[in-house]
Amino acid sequence: MDPLMPPPVRRIALDREPHIAPPATSPNGAGSGAVVPSEAHRRLTRPDPATVRERMRIESVWLAYGENWVVRDVTLPVRKGEVLALIGASGSGKTTLLRSLNRLTEITAGAARAGRITLEGEEIHELEVNDLRRRVSMVFQQPNPFPMSIYDNVAYALAEQRPPRGRRRRRTAELEQAAQEALRRAGLYDEIAADLDRSALKLSGGQQQRLCIARALAAEPEVLLLDEPCSALDPISTATIEELIVRLRESVAIVIVTHNLQQAFRVADHVAFMHLGELIEYGPSEQVFDRPSQQRTRDYISGAFG
Amino acid sequence: MEAGGLVPAPARPIIVRPRRQSSASWPLIDRIGYWLCWATGIALCLIALAIVVFMFVKGIAYLRPALFVKSPAPSLQQSQSGGFLDPIVGTLIITAIGTVIAAPAGVALAVWISEYGRPVSLARAVESAIDVIAGVPSVVLAIFGLLVFSESFLGFLSQNAVNGSVYGRSFFAAGIVMAILALPLIVGSTREALAQVPDRVREASYALGKSRASTIRWVLLPSIRPQIASGIALGMGRIVGDTAIITILLGVTLTTEGVGSVPLIGTLRGTGSTLTSYVYNNSPAGEGNAPQKAYAAAFVLLMVVLALNALVTRLTGGRERGGRLSALRRALASRRPEWTR
Repeated sequence: MDPLMPPPVRRIALDREPHIAPPATSPNGAGSGAVVPSEAHRRLTRPDPATVRERMRIESVWLAYGENWVVRDVTLPVRKGEVLALIGASGSGKTTLLRSLNRLTEITAGAARAGRITLEGEEIHELEVNDLRRRVSMVFQQPNPFPMSIYDNVAYALAEQRPPRGRRRRRTAELEQAAQEALRRAGLYDEIAADLDRSALKLSGGQQQRLCIARALAAEPEVLLLDEPCSALDPISTATIEELIVRLRESVAIVIVTHNLQQAFRVADHVAFMHLGELIEYGPSEQVFDRPSQQRTRDYISGAFG
Repeated sequence: MEAGGLVPAPARPIIVRPRRQSSASWPLIDRIGYWLCWATGIALCLIALAIVVFMFVKGIAYLRPALFVKSPAPSLQQSQSGGFLDPIVGTLIITAIGTVIAAPAGVALAVWISEYGRPVSLARAVESAIDVIAGVPSVVLAIFGLLVFSESFLGFLSQNAVNGSVYGRSFFAAGIVMAILALPLIVGSTREALAQVPDRVREASYALGKSRASTIRWVLLPSIRPQIASGIALGMGRIVGDTAIITILLGVTLTTEGVGSVPLIGTLRGTGSTLTSYVYNNSPAGEGNAPQKAYAAAFVLLMVVLALNALVTRLTGGRERGGRLSALRRALASRRPEWTR
């Protein structure tokens, strides 16, 4: 590990000043397509690597738990209409980086961040945290439906935080429609349409995970974070969820952390390889897997370590 | 796969069952320990059975329907001394006051300690305070309560003498102290239940952009409802069964004696009795010395405790189970916001 001096740490709870960073340069020269020409913003074509719009941008981000730096100087774009896969061995900081995108790292005491993470150009630390988490939603490794009915699981995600005073809550019919829509997008509706009122805990593992995806999609987020969503599932459920991911990327930017390299290759448009907190290589999926430019990437992909 | 494609089951399958493990090969000390465990367990069952059977036989023998509808009367003649209507009503009132105060306070305290708990020093202090309260004998609580409720600024809770002194003994006073008695049980079972909810459930809710408060209200509390109910049932059992607080803080009258002319408030400011003080009074140790009535009342007391437990469990036991009370549950459910239905 090179003895890099970390930049000044911004304790998340204390410093509310926006951290203005100079325009980022793409790391390792691999992501030259990441800098988007502004004219291309409104073009509604099929995602074309050169013109997709950036949803989020991670700029020279350092993350620490206490004194322990787990992410070191990572710069990455998260683009609309694309699946970005974070790969790397255990302890490479990919999950921490993922969790920092909707500020879930803040739940852990002593978490600190340096650098800049923006959502649609806005520093995420400036946003109201629950607002941010509705816009950048997350699905976890273990399916974790709430102990309530299937319908309630989705409706809970939809229910407004604080209904404005004097105005009534949204009508049930509307809510029901939105919940059905979310279940449909997650490809679950046809299987469970008859028992929406059954306990979500009675579903199979794969169905539970798709319910969690439906729940995460219900509030129509802009970015969907998936933390090894298939590692607790059987191959058939995994295939269903992978198809779902590929389908969903049309409407939502997806970041997926995975230990499964085949899975990363199947679903991802861009792949970022991390090792011990550092971003080693970032580029289009075919390039990273077929012609990796770094020796460490080559070693990892060919199974030399990790 | 089609059923026909399966391997057919053998006509006479040989079922192998594990052989029962024998303790013959164990060291002597292990065998003694094993048999002691057995003996203790069986002895405990016998004691529990003895209590129930004994109370049942004795209670049924002396139980008369008239006992439920007659108020106690001061008389040396057993046929003239009335029944225990007032003690039953008194027990219900005391339990209601205690539960209405202790249940929300206990759940709120437990939620604060386990979900917020900041500053940490304050949370530790609250925890120790609850432990202290849990350890205080109820007779000490009762004496302390008498001290507090005899203060003149709390005179509105009990009877006042003409010279301005405050009696300090009433349904209000006893009920409030009973709430303190039940509080640690409710806090304890709620905290334990919250600690068992895995953090990934909380994270899942935060990750959907839900605040801590709505996570608690809509995810955590509904999922630990049975444990909260069992805590409340435990607390109610404690209240129904406590004698010291009743003897000291509810006055010495066997009948319910109201104060003033306001109907409900007057009763609650007044004195009375509960089943426990009635049993005590009528036992050979008490003034009444009518053991038959004590047995009958003790039997009713036992039944009240069991019925309360069953009722709370049924009311809060979740939606899947149907039954005669499901209509009531549906009525309760219709008061919930839309998305929970």
